[in-house]
Amino acid sequence: MDYSPYFNPEFELLDRGQIEALQLKRLQDTMAHCYHGSPFYRKRLDSIGVKPESIKTLDDLRRIPFTTKQDLRDTYPFGIASVPLDQCVRLHSSSGTTGNPTVVLHSAKDLHEWANALARSLWMVGCRPEDVFQNTSGYGMFTGGLGFQYAAELLGMLTVPAGAGNTLRQLKFFTDFGTTVVHAIPSYAARLYEVMCQQGIDPRRDTKLKIMAIGAEPHSEDTRKRIEDMLGVKAYNSFGMSEMCGPGVAFECKEQNGMHIWEDYYIVEIVDPDTLEPVPEGEVGELVLTTLNREAMPLLRYRTRDLTRILPGKCPCGREHKRLDRMKGRSDDMMILKGVNIFPIQIETILAQYKELASDYLITLDTFEDNDGMTVEVELSDRANVDDYAALQNLNKDITRALRDEILITPKVKLVPKGSLPRSEGKAVRVKDLRKKY
Amino acid sequence: MTVQQISVFLENKSGSLVKVFRALSQAGIQLITSTLADTADYGVCRILCDNPDKAYSVLSQDGFSVTKTPVFAIALDDQPGRAADAIACFADGGISISYLYSFLYEGKGVLIFRTSDLDKAAALIAEKGLSEAKL
Ligand SMILES: [Zn+2]
Repeated sequence: MDYSPYFNPEFELLDRGQIEALQLKRLQDTMAHCYHGSPFYRKRLDSIGVKPESIKTLDDLRRIPFTTKQDLRDTYPFGIASVPLDQCVRLHSSSGTTGNPTVVLHSAKDLHEWANALARSLWMVGCRPEDVFQNTSGYGMFTGGLGFQYAAELLGMLTVPAGAGNTLRQLKFFTDFGTTVVHAIPSYAARLYEVMCQQGIDPRRDTKLKIMAIGAEPHSEDTRKRIEDMLGVKAYNSFGMSEMCGPGVAFECKEQNGMHIWEDYYIVEIVDPDTLEPVPEGEVGELVLTTLNREAMPLLRYRTRDLTRILPGKCPCGREHKRLDRMKGRSDDMMILKGVNIFPIQIETILAQYKELASDYLITLDTFEDNDGMTVEVELSDRANVDDYAALQNLNKDITRALRDEILITPKVKLVPKGSLPRSEGKAVRVKDLRKKY
Repeated sequence: MTVQQISVFLENKSGSLVKVFRALSQAGIQLITSTLADTADYGVCRILCDNPDKAYSVLSQDGFSVTKTPVFAIALDDQPGRAADAIACFADGGISISYLYSFLYEGKGVLIFRTSDLDKAAALIAEKGLSEAKL
Protein backbone atom coordinates (compact mmCIF):
# COMPACT_ATOMS: atom_id res chain seq x y z
CA MET A 1 0.00 0.00 0.00
CA ASP A 2 1.17 3.55 -0.75
CA TYR A 3 1.46 5.79 2.25
CA SER A 4 2.55 9.36 2.81
CA PRO A 5 6.05 9.52 4.31
CA TYR A 6 4.58 11.74 7.04
CA PHE A 7 2.23 10.95 9.89
CA ASN A 8 1.48 14.62 10.65
CA PRO A 9 2.56 16.46 7.49
CA GLU A 10 0.83 19.62 8.75
CA PHE A 11 3.33 19.74 11.62
CA GLU A 12 6.31 17.79 10.35
CA LEU A 13 6.73 19.95 7.27
CA LEU A 14 6.52 23.39 8.90
CA ASP A 15 9.44 25.65 8.05
CA ARG A 16 11.38 27.51 10.73
CA GLY A 17 9.19 30.61 10.51
CA GLN A 18 6.00 28.56 10.82
CA ILE A 19 7.41 26.50 13.67
CA GLU A 20 8.33 29.60 15.62
CA ALA A 21 5.00 31.29 14.99
CA LEU A 22 3.21 28.18 16.26
CA GLN A 23 5.53 27.99 19.25
CA LEU A 24 4.83 31.59 20.25
CA LYS A 25 1.09 31.03 20.08
CA ARG A 26 1.32 27.80 22.07
CA LEU A 27 3.73 29.30 24.60
CA GLN A 28 1.29 32.14 25.25
CA ASP A 29 -1.53 29.63 25.70
CA THR A 30 0.61 27.47 27.97
CA MET A 31 1.60 30.46 30.10
CA ALA A 32 -2.03 31.49 30.52
CA HIS A 33 -2.99 27.92 31.34
CA CYS A 34 -0.25 27.56 33.97
CA TYR A 35 -0.92 30.98 35.46
CA HIS A 36 -4.62 30.38 35.86
CA GLY A 37 -4.52 26.66 36.56
CA SER A 38 -1.45 25.96 38.67
CA PRO A 39 -1.11 27.64 42.08
CA PHE A 40 2.58 26.71 41.98
CA TYR A 41 3.24 28.57 38.74
CA ARG A 42 0.97 31.47 39.63
CA LYS A 43 2.89 32.10 42.82
CA ARG A 44 6.23 31.77 41.10
CA LEU A 45 5.34 34.03 38.20
CA ASP A 46 3.69 36.61 40.47
CA SER A 47 6.81 36.72 42.63
CA ILE A 48 8.81 38.06 39.69
CA GLY A 49 6.01 40.07 38.13
CA VAL A 50 5.70 38.01 34.94
CA LYS A 51 2.21 37.63 33.55
CA PRO A 52 1.01 35.59 30.57
CA GLU A 53 0.69 38.87 28.68
CA SER A 54 4.41 39.47 29.27
CA ILE A 55 5.22 36.90 26.58
CA LYS A 56 5.22 38.87 23.35
CA THR A 57 8.03 37.12 21.49
CA LEU A 58 9.79 33.77 21.83
CA ASP A 59 12.74 35.60 23.39
CA ASP A 60 10.47 36.53 26.29
CA LEU A 61 10.68 32.86 27.27
CA ARG A 62 13.88 33.78 29.06
CA ARG A 63 11.94 35.90 31.53
CA ILE A 64 10.31 32.72 32.88
CA PRO A 65 12.13 30.98 35.75
CA PHE A 66 13.41 27.43 35.31
CA THR A 67 11.46 24.50 36.69
CA THR A 68 13.59 21.78 38.31
CA LYS A 69 13.17 18.20 39.44
CA GLN A 70 13.35 19.58 42.98
CA ASP A 71 10.21 21.62 42.22
CA LEU A 72 8.48 18.37 41.26
CA ARG A 73 9.65 16.75 44.48
CA ASP A 74 8.63 19.74 46.58
CA THR A 75 5.13 19.72 45.12
CA TYR A 76 4.74 15.93 45.34
CA PRO A 77 2.34 14.45 44.53
CA PHE A 78 -0.06 16.76 42.68
CA GLY A 79 1.02 20.30 43.50
CA ILE A 80 2.33 21.46 40.13
CA ALA A 81 -0.67 20.39 38.03
CA SER A 82 -2.60 22.99 36.04
CA VAL A 83 -5.92 21.15 36.06
CA PRO A 84 -8.03 19.59 38.83
CA LEU A 85 -7.39 15.90 39.40
CA ASP A 86 -10.76 14.91 37.96
CA GLN A 87 -9.46 15.93 34.55
CA CYS A 88 -6.45 13.60 34.87
CA VAL A 89 -6.63 10.01 33.74
CA ARG A 90 -3.15 8.67 34.47
CA LEU A 91 -0.07 9.31 36.52
CA HIS A 92 3.44 8.01 36.16
CA SER A 93 5.69 8.15 39.19
CA SER A 94 9.42 7.78 39.50
CA SER A 95 10.70 4.67 41.20
CA GLY A 96 12.16 4.68 44.63
CA THR A 97 11.03 5.19 48.15
CA THR A 98 13.88 7.36 49.37
CA GLY A 99 13.75 11.09 48.92
CA ASN A 100 10.57 12.37 47.36
CA PRO A 101 9.60 10.64 44.20
CA THR A 102 8.05 12.67 41.39
CA VAL A 103 4.68 12.38 39.74
CA VAL A 104 3.67 13.28 36.22
CA LEU A 105 -0.05 13.66 35.52
CA HIS A 106 -1.79 13.21 32.19
CA SER A 107 -5.21 14.15 30.88
CA ALA A 108 -6.87 12.06 28.18
CA LYS A 109 -5.72 14.62 25.60
CA ASP A 110 -2.16 14.47 26.97
CA LEU A 111 -2.11 10.71 26.47
CA HIS A 112 -3.36 11.14 22.94
CA GLU A 113 -0.74 13.79 22.15
CA TRP A 114 1.98 11.62 23.64
CA ALA A 115 0.89 8.67 21.53
CA ASN A 116 0.70 10.92 18.48
CA ALA A 117 4.23 12.29 18.88
CA LEU A 118 5.65 8.80 19.22
CA ALA A 119 3.48 7.37 16.44
CA ARG A 120 4.76 10.18 14.23
CA SER A 121 8.30 9.17 15.18
CA LEU A 122 7.72 5.51 14.42
CA TRP A 123 6.07 6.37 11.12
CA MET A 124 9.07 8.53 10.26
CA VAL A 125 11.37 5.51 10.42
CA GLY A 126 9.09 3.36 8.29
CA CYS A 127 6.58 1.71 10.64
CA ARG A 128 3.25 1.12 8.89
CA PRO A 129 -0.09 -0.48 9.87
CA GLU A 130 0.91 -3.85 8.38
CA ASP A 131 3.85 -4.06 10.78
CA VAL A 132 3.88 -6.19 13.91
CA PHE A 133 5.28 -4.29 16.85
CA GLN A 134 6.71 -6.03 19.90
CA ASN A 135 7.50 -4.06 23.03
CA THR A 136 10.14 -5.50 25.36
CA SER A 137 9.80 -2.64 27.86
CA GLY A 138 8.42 -3.19 31.29
CA TYR A 139 4.89 -1.85 31.52
CA GLY A 140 3.56 -0.12 34.61
CA MET A 141 5.27 3.03 35.80
CA PHE A 142 8.06 2.76 33.23
CA THR A 143 6.87 5.01 30.40
CA GLY A 144 8.54 2.91 27.70
CA GLY A 145 5.80 0.33 28.17
CA LEU A 146 2.46 2.10 27.89
CA GLY A 147 4.02 4.94 25.88
CA PHE A 148 5.05 2.70 23.00
CA GLN A 149 1.92 0.60 23.35
CA TYR A 150 -0.47 3.51 22.75
CA ALA A 151 1.69 4.96 19.99
CA ALA A 152 1.96 1.68 18.09
CA GLU A 153 -1.79 1.16 18.37
CA LEU A 154 -2.49 4.70 17.19
CA LEU A 155 -0.24 4.11 14.20
CA GLY A 156 -2.22 0.96 13.53
CA MET A 157 0.37 -1.75 13.95
CA LEU A 158 -0.52 -5.11 15.45
CA THR A 159 1.02 -4.85 18.88
CA VAL A 160 2.61 -7.57 20.99
CA PRO A 161 2.87 -6.19 24.53
CA ALA A 162 5.43 -8.78 25.60
CA GLY A 163 6.80 -6.74 28.49
CA ALA A 164 10.28 -7.06 29.94
CA GLY A 165 12.37 -10.20 30.21
CA ASN A 166 11.65 -13.85 29.43
CA THR A 167 13.86 -13.83 26.38
CA LEU A 168 12.84 -17.26 25.12
CA ARG A 169 9.23 -16.15 25.03
CA GLN A 170 10.23 -12.93 23.22
CA LEU A 171 11.95 -15.03 20.56
CA LYS A 172 8.94 -17.31 20.20
CA PHE A 173 6.76 -14.25 19.63
CA PHE A 174 9.20 -13.00 17.00
CA THR A 175 8.96 -16.18 15.01
CA ASP A 176 5.28 -17.05 15.67
CA PHE A 177 3.80 -13.58 15.15
CA GLY A 178 6.19 -12.32 12.50
CA THR A 179 7.33 -9.33 14.54
CA THR A 180 8.85 -6.64 12.30
CA VAL A 181 9.41 -3.78 14.76
CA VAL A 182 10.87 -4.06 18.25
CA HIS A 183 11.36 -1.56 21.01
CA ALA A 184 14.19 -2.46 23.37
CA ILE A 185 16.87 -0.85 25.45
CA PRO A 186 20.24 -1.31 23.73
CA SER A 187 21.63 -3.77 26.24
CA TYR A 188 18.57 -5.96 25.81
CA ALA A 189 18.93 -5.91 22.04
CA ALA A 190 22.34 -7.49 22.50
CA ARG A 191 20.87 -10.01 24.92
CA LEU A 192 18.21 -10.99 22.40
CA TYR A 193 20.91 -11.76 19.86
CA GLU A 194 22.93 -13.78 22.36
CA VAL A 195 19.95 -16.01 23.12
CA MET A 196 19.08 -16.28 19.42
CA CYS A 197 22.56 -17.67 18.83
CA GLN A 198 22.15 -20.16 21.67
CA GLN A 199 18.81 -21.28 20.21
CA GLY A 200 20.14 -21.55 16.66
CA ILE A 201 17.90 -18.71 15.47
CA ASP A 202 19.29 -16.64 12.63
CA PRO A 203 17.52 -13.27 12.84
CA ARG A 204 17.81 -12.69 9.08
CA ARG A 205 16.57 -16.15 8.12
CA ASP A 206 14.13 -16.97 10.90
CA THR A 207 12.56 -13.62 11.79
CA LYS A 208 11.06 -10.67 9.93
CA LEU A 209 12.69 -8.06 12.15
CA LYS A 210 13.53 -4.86 10.28
CA ILE A 211 13.18 -1.88 12.60
CA MET A 212 14.28 -1.40 16.15
CA ALA A 213 13.64 1.58 18.40
CA ILE A 214 16.39 1.84 20.99
CA GLY A 215 16.60 4.31 23.82
CA ALA A 216 16.28 4.99 27.54
CA GLU A 217 19.89 4.00 28.07
CA PRO A 218 23.06 5.77 27.01
CA HIS A 219 24.81 4.01 24.17
CA SER A 220 27.39 4.72 21.52
CA GLU A 221 27.20 4.83 17.75
CA ASP A 222 29.26 1.62 17.78
CA THR A 223 26.62 -0.09 19.90
CA ARG A 224 23.93 0.92 17.43
CA LYS A 225 25.95 -0.41 14.51
CA ARG A 226 26.54 -3.67 16.33
CA ILE A 227 22.84 -4.08 17.05
CA GLU A 228 22.10 -3.46 13.37
CA ASP A 229 24.73 -5.97 12.27
CA MET A 230 23.68 -8.62 14.75
CA LEU A 231 19.94 -8.46 14.21
CA GLY A 232 19.81 -7.31 10.60
CA VAL A 233 17.67 -4.29 11.49
CA LYS A 234 17.79 -0.53 11.27
CA ALA A 235 18.07 0.77 14.82
CA TYR A 236 16.81 4.26 15.62
CA ASN A 237 17.65 6.27 18.67
CA SER A 238 14.67 7.35 20.74
CA PHE A 239 14.71 10.06 23.39
CA GLY A 240 12.22 10.88 26.05
CA MET A 241 11.76 11.37 29.76
CA SER A 242 8.85 10.80 32.06
CA GLU A 243 8.62 14.49 33.01
CA MET A 244 7.79 15.32 29.40
CA CYS A 245 5.54 12.23 29.07
CA GLY A 246 7.99 9.51 28.09
CA PRO A 247 9.43 8.33 24.77
CA GLY A 248 8.53 10.42 21.72
CA VAL A 249 10.14 13.71 22.71
CA ALA A 250 12.82 13.33 20.03
CA PHE A 251 13.52 10.56 17.55
CA GLU A 252 15.96 9.89 14.76
CA CYS A 253 14.76 10.03 11.19
CA LYS A 254 16.05 7.65 8.54
CA GLU A 255 19.19 9.76 8.20
CA GLN A 256 20.25 8.45 11.64
CA ASN A 257 22.02 11.70 12.31
CA GLY A 258 20.48 13.40 15.32
CA MET A 259 17.02 13.11 16.83
CA HIS A 260 14.35 15.54 15.61
CA ILE A 261 12.79 17.13 18.63
CA TRP A 262 9.14 17.84 17.91
CA GLU A 263 9.00 21.58 18.19
CA ASP A 264 5.25 21.79 17.92
CA TYR A 265 5.35 20.02 21.31
CA TYR A 266 8.43 21.56 22.91
CA ILE A 267 10.58 24.64 22.94
CA VAL A 268 14.14 23.51 23.24
CA GLU A 269 16.95 25.51 24.82
CA ILE A 270 20.53 24.48 25.49
CA VAL A 271 22.03 26.33 28.45
CA ASP A 272 25.28 26.36 30.35
CA PRO A 273 24.43 24.32 33.48
CA ASP A 274 26.43 26.71 35.68
CA THR A 275 25.47 30.14 34.36
CA LEU A 276 22.12 29.01 32.91
CA GLU A 277 22.83 31.28 29.93
CA PRO A 278 22.24 29.91 26.43
CA VAL A 279 25.30 28.30 24.87
CA PRO A 280 26.32 29.25 21.33
CA GLU A 281 24.49 27.29 18.63
CA GLY A 282 25.90 23.80 18.22
CA GLU A 283 27.70 23.66 21.58
CA VAL A 284 27.01 21.17 24.35
CA GLY A 285 24.95 22.28 27.32
CA GLU A 286 21.99 21.26 29.42
CA LEU A 287 18.75 20.56 27.60
CA VAL A 288 15.87 22.73 28.83
CA LEU A 289 12.37 21.97 27.60
CA THR A 290 9.10 23.88 27.73
CA THR A 291 6.00 21.87 26.96
CA LEU A 292 3.64 23.49 24.46
CA ASN A 293 0.51 21.38 24.36
CA ARG A 294 0.16 19.74 27.73
CA GLU A 295 -3.02 20.06 29.71
CA ALA A 296 -2.59 18.35 33.04
CA MET A 297 0.95 19.29 33.92
CA PRO A 298 2.68 21.74 31.60
CA LEU A 299 6.28 22.46 32.54
CA LEU A 300 7.97 25.78 31.85
CA ARG A 301 11.70 25.72 31.09
CA TYR A 302 12.25 22.36 32.72
CA ARG A 303 15.92 21.61 33.40
CA THR A 304 16.32 18.04 32.15
CA ARG A 305 19.93 17.72 33.39
CA ASP A 306 20.73 15.91 30.15
CA LEU A 307 23.74 17.27 28.32
CA THR A 308 23.52 17.46 24.56
CA ARG A 309 23.73 19.89 21.67
CA ILE A 310 21.67 20.95 18.70
CA LEU A 311 23.12 19.69 15.44
CA PRO A 312 23.66 22.63 13.13
CA GLY A 313 22.40 22.65 9.56
CA LYS A 314 19.37 21.25 7.79
CA CYS A 315 18.43 17.60 7.79
CA PRO A 316 18.23 16.06 4.31
CA CYS A 317 14.89 14.47 5.27
CA GLY A 318 13.24 17.88 4.87
CA ARG A 319 11.97 18.24 8.43
CA GLU A 320 13.12 21.51 9.97
CA HIS A 321 12.48 20.47 13.57
CA LYS A 322 15.83 20.78 15.36
CA ARG A 323 17.98 17.73 15.87
CA LEU A 324 19.44 16.74 19.23
CA ASP A 325 22.77 14.98 19.28
CA ARG A 326 23.20 11.80 21.29
CA MET A 327 23.06 12.55 25.03
CA LYS A 328 26.55 13.37 26.27
CA GLY A 329 25.96 12.78 29.95
CA ARG A 330 24.24 14.46 32.86
CA SER A 331 24.73 17.68 34.74
CA ASP A 332 23.68 15.95 37.95
CA ASP A 333 24.60 12.60 39.47
CA MET A 334 21.71 10.61 38.04
CA MET A 335 22.68 7.27 36.51
CA ILE A 336 20.68 5.55 33.81
CA LEU A 337 21.00 1.79 33.90
CA LYS A 338 18.84 -0.50 31.80
CA GLY A 339 16.43 2.35 31.29
CA VAL A 340 16.03 2.94 35.01
CA ASN A 341 16.96 6.30 36.50
CA ILE A 342 18.97 5.94 39.67
CA PHE A 343 20.41 8.55 42.00
CA PRO A 344 23.34 7.70 44.31
CA ILE A 345 21.35 9.11 47.23
CA GLN A 346 18.88 6.22 46.89
CA ILE A 347 21.70 3.74 47.37
CA GLU A 348 23.28 5.79 50.11
CA THR A 349 20.02 5.90 52.06
CA ILE A 350 19.66 2.13 51.96
CA LEU A 351 23.27 1.52 52.98
CA ALA A 352 22.94 3.95 55.88
CA GLN A 353 20.36 1.64 57.47
CA TYR A 354 23.01 -0.99 58.27
CA LYS A 355 25.12 -0.47 61.36
CA GLU A 356 27.65 -2.96 60.00
CA LEU A 357 28.46 -0.59 57.15
CA ALA A 358 30.56 2.56 57.11
CA SER A 359 29.47 5.57 55.09
CA ASP A 360 31.82 5.08 52.15
CA TYR A 361 30.68 3.26 49.05
CA LEU A 362 31.53 3.06 45.39
CA ILE A 363 29.07 2.41 42.58
CA THR A 364 30.62 1.00 39.41
CA LEU A 365 28.65 0.71 36.21
CA ASP A 366 30.20 -1.64 33.71
CA THR A 367 29.41 -3.71 30.66
CA PHE A 368 29.91 -7.47 30.79
CA GLU A 369 29.21 -9.39 27.61
CA ASP A 370 26.92 -6.65 26.34
CA ASN A 371 25.05 -6.56 29.61
CA ASP A 372 25.21 -3.39 31.68
CA GLY A 373 25.39 -3.97 35.39
CA MET A 374 26.04 -2.27 38.69
CA THR A 375 28.50 -3.20 41.41
CA VAL A 376 28.15 -1.56 44.81
CA GLU A 377 31.23 -1.78 47.00
CA VAL A 378 30.65 -0.71 50.55
CA GLU A 379 33.03 -0.45 53.47
CA LEU A 380 32.42 -2.34 56.68
CA SER A 381 32.17 -0.37 59.89
CA ASP A 382 33.82 -1.24 63.20
CA ARG A 383 30.52 -2.75 64.28
CA ALA A 384 30.61 -5.51 61.69
CA ASN A 385 31.41 -8.91 63.17
CA VAL A 386 33.90 -10.11 60.59
CA ASP A 387 34.45 -13.40 62.42
CA ASP A 388 30.92 -14.50 61.61
CA TYR A 389 31.16 -15.61 58.05
CA ALA A 390 27.51 -16.61 57.65
CA ALA A 391 26.43 -13.25 59.01
CA LEU A 392 28.55 -11.49 56.40
CA GLN A 393 27.01 -13.55 53.64
CA ASN A 394 23.54 -12.80 54.97
CA LEU A 395 24.38 -9.14 55.27
CA ASN A 396 25.45 -9.19 51.66
CA LYS A 397 22.18 -10.83 50.63
CA ASP A 398 20.08 -8.43 52.72
CA ILE A 399 21.72 -5.38 51.20
CA THR A 400 21.34 -6.78 47.69
CA ARG A 401 17.64 -7.37 48.27
CA ALA A 402 17.05 -3.95 49.81
CA LEU A 403 18.86 -2.24 46.94
CA ARG A 404 16.91 -4.20 44.37
CA ASP A 405 13.64 -3.18 46.01
CA GLU A 406 14.74 0.44 45.86
CA ILE A 407 16.30 0.77 42.42
CA LEU A 408 14.54 -2.14 40.65
CA ILE A 409 17.88 -3.52 39.47
CA THR A 410 19.86 -6.22 41.22
CA PRO A 411 23.36 -4.94 41.88
CA LYS A 412 26.37 -7.01 42.81
CA VAL A 413 27.21 -6.05 46.38
CA LYS A 414 30.78 -6.32 47.60
CA LEU A 415 31.73 -5.77 51.21
CA VAL A 416 35.18 -4.26 51.50
CA PRO A 417 37.44 -3.38 54.44
CA LYS A 418 37.00 0.08 55.89
CA GLY A 419 39.19 2.74 54.30
CA SER A 420 39.87 0.65 51.21
CA LEU A 421 37.81 2.58 48.67
CA PRO A 422 39.51 5.25 46.56
CA ARG A 423 39.19 8.82 47.67
CA SER A 424 40.02 11.95 45.78
CA GLU A 425 40.85 15.14 47.67
CA GLY A 426 39.57 13.50 50.84
CA LYS A 427 36.12 13.06 49.34
CA ALA A 428 35.03 9.56 48.47
CA VAL A 429 34.41 8.94 44.79
CA ARG A 430 30.85 7.67 44.54
CA VAL A 431 30.27 6.59 40.97
CA LYS A 432 32.52 5.11 38.31
CA ASP A 433 31.01 4.57 34.88
CA LEU A 434 33.02 2.16 32.75
CA ARG A 435 30.26 1.30 30.31
CA LYS A 436 30.76 1.41 26.57
CA LYS A 437 28.83 4.52 25.66
CA TYR A 438 28.73 8.12 24.54
CA MET B 1 38.27 -19.99 79.96
CA THR B 2 38.42 -18.74 76.46
CA VAL B 3 41.20 -17.18 74.39
CA GLN B 4 40.81 -14.09 72.26
CA GLN B 5 40.99 -14.68 68.55
CA ILE B 6 41.45 -11.87 66.04
CA SER B 7 39.47 -12.05 62.81
CA VAL B 8 40.47 -9.82 59.93
CA PHE B 9 38.24 -9.15 56.95
CA LEU B 10 40.19 -9.32 53.71
CA GLU B 11 39.47 -8.53 50.16
CA ASN B 12 40.45 -11.61 48.24
CA LYS B 13 43.97 -10.43 47.63
CA SER B 14 47.11 -12.06 48.90
CA GLY B 15 48.60 -8.58 49.15
CA SER B 16 46.32 -7.68 52.01
CA LEU B 17 47.29 -10.87 53.85
CA VAL B 18 50.93 -9.83 53.63
CA LYS B 19 50.02 -6.44 55.09
CA VAL B 20 48.30 -8.08 58.07
CA PHE B 21 51.31 -10.21 58.98
CA ARG B 22 53.78 -7.36 58.38
CA ALA B 23 51.78 -5.09 60.66
CA LEU B 24 51.75 -7.74 63.41
CA SER B 25 55.44 -8.54 63.17
CA GLN B 26 56.40 -4.86 63.12
CA ALA B 27 54.44 -4.43 66.36
CA GLY B 28 56.42 -7.33 67.86
CA ILE B 29 53.42 -9.59 68.09
CA GLN B 30 54.10 -13.36 68.01
CA LEU B 31 51.79 -15.44 65.89
CA ILE B 32 50.56 -18.73 67.32
CA THR B 33 48.47 -19.85 64.40
CA SER B 34 46.30 -18.49 61.62
CA THR B 35 43.68 -19.83 59.24
CA LEU B 36 42.14 -18.33 56.14
CA ALA B 37 38.54 -18.87 55.13
CA ASP B 38 37.80 -17.65 51.69
CA THR B 39 35.17 -17.29 48.97
CA ALA B 40 35.16 -15.74 45.53
CA ASP B 41 34.59 -12.30 46.97
CA TYR B 42 36.47 -12.01 50.20
CA GLY B 43 38.18 -13.86 53.01
CA VAL B 44 38.37 -13.90 56.77
CA CYS B 45 41.75 -14.50 58.37
CA ARG B 46 41.57 -15.84 61.94
CA ILE B 47 44.62 -15.28 64.09
CA LEU B 48 45.78 -16.44 67.51
CA CYS B 49 48.73 -14.53 68.89
CA ASP B 50 50.50 -13.69 72.12
CA ASN B 51 48.87 -10.26 72.48
CA PRO B 52 45.39 -10.12 71.00
CA ASP B 53 44.49 -6.71 72.45
CA LYS B 54 47.52 -5.13 70.87
CA ALA B 55 46.96 -7.00 67.60
CA TYR B 56 43.39 -5.70 67.54
CA SER B 57 44.39 -2.08 67.96
CA VAL B 58 47.34 -2.31 65.56
CA LEU B 59 45.27 -3.83 62.77
CA SER B 60 42.33 -1.56 63.45
CA GLN B 61 44.54 1.53 63.25
CA ASP B 62 46.02 0.24 60.03
CA GLY B 63 42.55 0.35 58.51
CA PHE B 64 41.61 -3.32 58.69
CA SER B 65 38.13 -4.46 59.58
CA VAL B 66 38.83 -6.53 62.69
CA THR B 67 36.76 -8.41 65.25
CA LYS B 68 37.87 -9.91 68.56
CA THR B 69 36.12 -13.19 69.32
CA PRO B 70 36.34 -15.50 72.35
CA VAL B 71 37.06 -19.09 71.34
CA PHE B 72 37.74 -22.23 73.36
CA ALA B 73 41.17 -23.89 73.23
CA ILE B 74 41.29 -27.55 74.28
CA ALA B 75 44.55 -29.39 74.83
CA LEU B 76 44.63 -32.84 73.28
CA ASP B 77 46.99 -35.46 74.70
CA ASP B 78 48.72 -37.61 72.15
CA GLN B 79 46.44 -40.63 72.29
CA PRO B 80 44.58 -41.30 69.06
CA GLY B 81 40.94 -40.23 68.83
CA ARG B 82 41.12 -37.47 71.42
CA ALA B 83 39.84 -34.84 69.00
CA ALA B 84 36.90 -37.05 68.06
CA ASP B 85 36.13 -37.62 71.75
CA ALA B 86 36.19 -33.92 72.48
CA ILE B 87 33.92 -33.07 69.56
CA ALA B 88 31.53 -35.91 70.47
CA CYS B 89 31.35 -34.41 73.94
CA PHE B 90 30.07 -31.09 72.61
CA ALA B 91 27.71 -32.71 70.15
CA ASP B 92 26.19 -34.84 72.93
CA GLY B 93 25.97 -31.79 75.17
CA GLY B 94 23.91 -29.94 72.55
CA ILE B 95 26.46 -27.26 71.83
CA SER B 96 26.50 -25.93 68.30
CA ILE B 97 29.94 -25.27 66.91
CA SER B 98 30.31 -22.50 64.34
CA TYR B 99 33.77 -23.57 63.28
CA LEU B 100 36.83 -25.35 64.59
CA TYR B 101 40.43 -25.91 63.70
CA SER B 102 43.40 -27.62 65.28
CA PHE B 103 47.14 -27.26 65.25
CA LEU B 104 50.27 -28.36 67.09
CA TYR B 105 51.61 -25.99 69.69
CA GLU B 106 54.84 -26.78 71.57
CA GLY B 107 54.44 -30.40 70.59
CA LYS B 108 50.86 -30.66 71.85
CA GLY B 109 47.66 -30.86 69.85
CA VAL B 110 45.30 -27.90 70.33
CA LEU B 111 41.67 -27.82 69.25
CA ILE B 112 40.07 -24.39 68.80
CA PHE B 113 36.34 -24.02 68.53
CA ARG B 114 33.83 -21.23 68.39
CA THR B 115 30.34 -21.39 69.83
CA SER B 116 27.87 -18.78 70.92
CA ASP B 117 26.91 -20.95 73.95
CA LEU B 118 29.88 -19.70 75.99
CA ASP B 119 28.58 -20.58 79.47
CA LYS B 120 27.25 -23.95 78.49
CA ALA B 121 30.51 -24.88 76.78
CA ALA B 122 32.58 -23.78 79.78
CA ALA B 123 30.41 -25.87 82.09
CA LEU B 124 30.72 -28.89 79.84
CA ILE B 125 34.49 -28.57 79.62
CA ALA B 126 34.71 -28.57 83.42
CA GLU B 127 32.24 -31.44 83.77
CA LYS B 128 33.99 -33.69 81.26
CA GLY B 129 37.43 -32.86 82.61
CA LEU B 130 38.76 -31.60 79.31
CA SER B 131 41.98 -29.69 79.78
CA GLU B 132 42.33 -26.23 78.43
CA ALA B 133 45.34 -25.39 76.32
CA LYS B 134 47.75 -22.77 77.66
CA LEU B 135 48.71 -20.57 74.75
ZN1 LIG C 1 15.65 14.23 9.42
